[in-house]
Amino acid sequence: MKSVAMRAASVFTHPAPPHDFLALFNPLSSARQLRGVVTAVRPETAQSTTIAFRPGNGWSPHDAGQWARIGVEIDGVRQWRSYSLSAPAGSDPEITVTACGKVSAHLAHQTRVGDIFFLAPPQGDFVLPTGPRPLLMLTAGSGITPVMSMIRTLVPKRPDADVVLIHSARDRESTLFEGELAELSEQYDGLHVIHRFTSEDGRIDFSDAADLDALCPDWRSRKTYVCGPSEMLDAAEALWTGANLPDTLTVERFATATYAEVDGATGGTVTFEKSDREVEADGTTPLLEVGEEAGVLMPSGCRMGICRTCLTPLLSGQVRDLRTGEINATEGDLIQTCISAAAGNCHLDV
Amino acid sequence: MTLTTEETTTTDVRVALPPTVKRTGVLPTSGAPLERPTAAAHLSDEQVHQLGAELDAIRDEVLAARGADDAAYIRNMIRLARTLDVGGRIALAFSKTRLGWAIGTGSLALGKVLENMEIGHNVLHGQWDWMRDPDIHSTTWEWDFVAPARGWQHTHNDIHHTWTNVLGKDRDVGYNILRVSDEQPWKPRDVFNPVVNFFLAPTFEWGIASYDLEWDMVKAGVKSKEEFNSDLNALKQKAIRQVLKDYIATPAAGLLAGNSFKRGLAGTVAANMIRNVWSHAVIFCGHFPDGVDVFTEEMIDGETRGDWYIRQMLGSANLSGPKVFHILTGNLSHQIEHHCFPDLPSNRYIEVAPRLREVCERYGLPYVTGPLHTQLFQTWRKICQLALPDENKAETLKETFLPKWMRRKTAVATA
Ligand SMILES: Cc1cc2nc3c(=O)[nH]c(=O)nc-3n(C[C@H](O)[C@H](O)[C@H](O)COP(=O)(O)OP(=O)(O)OC[C@H]3O[C@@H](n4cnc5c(N)ncnc54)[C@H](O)[C@@H]3O)c2cc1C
Ligand code: FES
Repeated sequence: MKSVAMRAASVFTHPAPPHDFLALFNPLSSARQLRGVVTAVRPETAQSTTIAFRPGNGWSPHDAGQWARIGVEIDGVRQWRSYSLSAPAGSDPEITVTACGKVSAHLAHQTRVGDIFFLAPPQGDFVLPTGPRPLLMLTAGSGITPVMSMIRTLVPKRPDADVVLIHSARDRESTLFEGELAELSEQYDGLHVIHRFTSEDGRIDFSDAADLDALCPDWRSRKTYVCGPSEMLDAAEALWTGANLPDTLTVERFATATYAEVDGATGGTVTFEKSDREVEADGTTPLLEVGEEAGVLMPSGCRMGICRTCLTPLLSGQVRDLRTGEINATEGDLIQTCISAAAGNCHLDV
Repeated sequence: MTLTTEETTTTDVRVALPPTVKRTGVLPTSGAPLERPTAAAHLSDEQVHQLGAELDAIRDEVLAARGADDAAYIRNMIRLARTLDVGGRIALAFSKTRLGWAIGTGSLALGKVLENMEIGHNVLHGQWDWMRDPDIHSTTWEWDFVAPARGWQHTHNDIHHTWTNVLGKDRDVGYNILRVSDEQPWKPRDVFNPVVNFFLAPTFEWGIASYDLEWDMVKAGVKSKEEFNSDLNALKQKAIRQVLKDYIATPAAGLLAGNSFKRGLAGTVAANMIRNVWSHAVIFCGHFPDGVDVFTEEMIDGETRGDWYIRQMLGSANLSGPKVFHILTGNLSHQIEHHCFPDLPSNRYIEVAPRLREVCERYGLPYVTGPLHTQLFQTWRKICQLALPDENKAETLKETFLPKWMRRKTAVATA
């Protein structure tokens, strides 16, 4: 019925989809972009905020531990970042954002009820095991968010749950979900929470098993989830590999790879994904020419930055705008290949 | 010398061909073209370089200032155009009075004008791509105009904006059907110039649709039959939907309210004609009024960034008027600014204009501008004048059009 009505409406709205006209009344309506509206904003600590939102059509319910790409507009420009969903599976999604940079600070401090989020459906393999098993959760800082979703999902529902959470934060004030965790561990025997305040007790040392043996003696027999800063994740991986238990460890990384600073002349390896070509390029030749030289069918028009026929998605890596010298490392951004050169390695979707 | 031999010996500047040499990337900032246009001949290489740097700086400044207000501007404009479109169609279908019809038609026409010019043209230029909003992006936008957006982007953004007013390159110099510059050699068909233009205005969207198919390029062997057929198919599909929407579905909706089909049809035909006549007028005033230069291919060989800007300034003409007028023209009233900075958001041209004008004054370059009626009059006058050959008007016309036997007779009579 709805699709018949939409089809009929599209006769009148062509070439725009009817959604574009419905958007005059319903801000969640869009044929191209999943959206959500913010329904609640709860400060957690001075730097962290939980934001609940109601997604529009096209969202799929999340599993505990999954994350979603969230887009917000800052100074008129859409910015995308990934955030773990901290709400339990089965309820409306929530994210808990810790301000540490441009986008996170905007989300944590500027978000208001009624704001519109742009969304991509939840994804990720950092999810609960399929059968009951004793679990160990190792988290630090905002790394607790996906684990919080798991605990909220599992502990109240499963009398047989056996979860040990060891969470590190600088001090009590910056610890996320402290009150709720205390209540849950009070109420349910299946949850045991250990807080580590690093400003007092220092960081957990993963270089050998001593610290961990002291905190959770049976850690080897538990399925372990770890989420926190890169150094912690690397050290944990090394420890588990050393103990010959790599399969019992599941890791979630928040940090995206960062790129080295480059000067004006540095190029890099350019990978043309669809055409399956890889070539070395210097930092001054437009990627359009690099691609054409390599026999890639590059879209092009004016070849001087006016017409945008050459727009090609940047899958990863970074490029430099030859006119302004500006570096662009935004994944998924459409770049003008005729006036962009490699600034380090980069992958193009052509 | 007869016209036919002249045509075969010189390359025909009225057939625009794509570039043989590819220029990629940023134009050089130093050097000089083989020949500078007369209006800029007094400038030294150094001055031209300086001018280029000044304009680049203006561009960078606006790029850095773009923000939430600009985003709100285009969103509000889109909301306004859509509201006028829906409102107009509803009024046409359901009102019973003459006034209701006029309001419906006017609202629809205004919605179409905004959608076509301030929104469509500028979004398709990528002026709003920086927002990274897939709903307002040059790669996803399709407009309420018969010509499919992708084909138009090719002929307009790519060909016209790169080769602005270069004879033999910029097909927009007369759109293959008009003679708009005395540098274009006269052809017999040019006597129909005024008639062609008169009929082009109300049917402009169909004219552009046909023009974007690039029949001439197929004939010249530059565009393949396959490409042509695929463009033609895209056009057919779009045209069917446009006709269905405006000339069948909207009038038919009026039947529900007991109105006649004819009433609705008259409204949508009128709205499209108003939009067509308006955009035709504005667009023709962008490059065809008096004082606008055309260029030759030799003149752009070795063109620097500064020379490129100069060509855009000499090859375009502005329209003066109040702010709403600029919005109604899609800010194409700021044609000079638009040609220098085709991807700056259109709402910013109004603040760039006085600065560009000041630059022109300082460097002794013309900056052509005037109110719509003056510019439109000049455009029409030029199109009428150029209908006739430049010299020996009567002789040439006789030779071309009179049947052979009458020609001999007149020749005998004059002997
Ligand atoms: C799977 C996953 C889950 C996450 N969950 C959480 C969470 O629950 N809570 C939380 O606070 N943070 C989470 N993050 C981190 C979050 O995505 C941001 O990286 C963080 O908020 C910092 O972003 P920022 O813009 O504020 O910092 P900035 O300092 O402005 O950005 C850091 C730098 O990295 C680049 N960058 C960072 N992220 C991206 C991206 N996604 N795409 C392109 N470029 C990027 C930016 O361009 C910038 O150069 C998660 C990250 C991932 C990958
Ligand atoms: S080819 Fe025209 S902008 Fe790149």
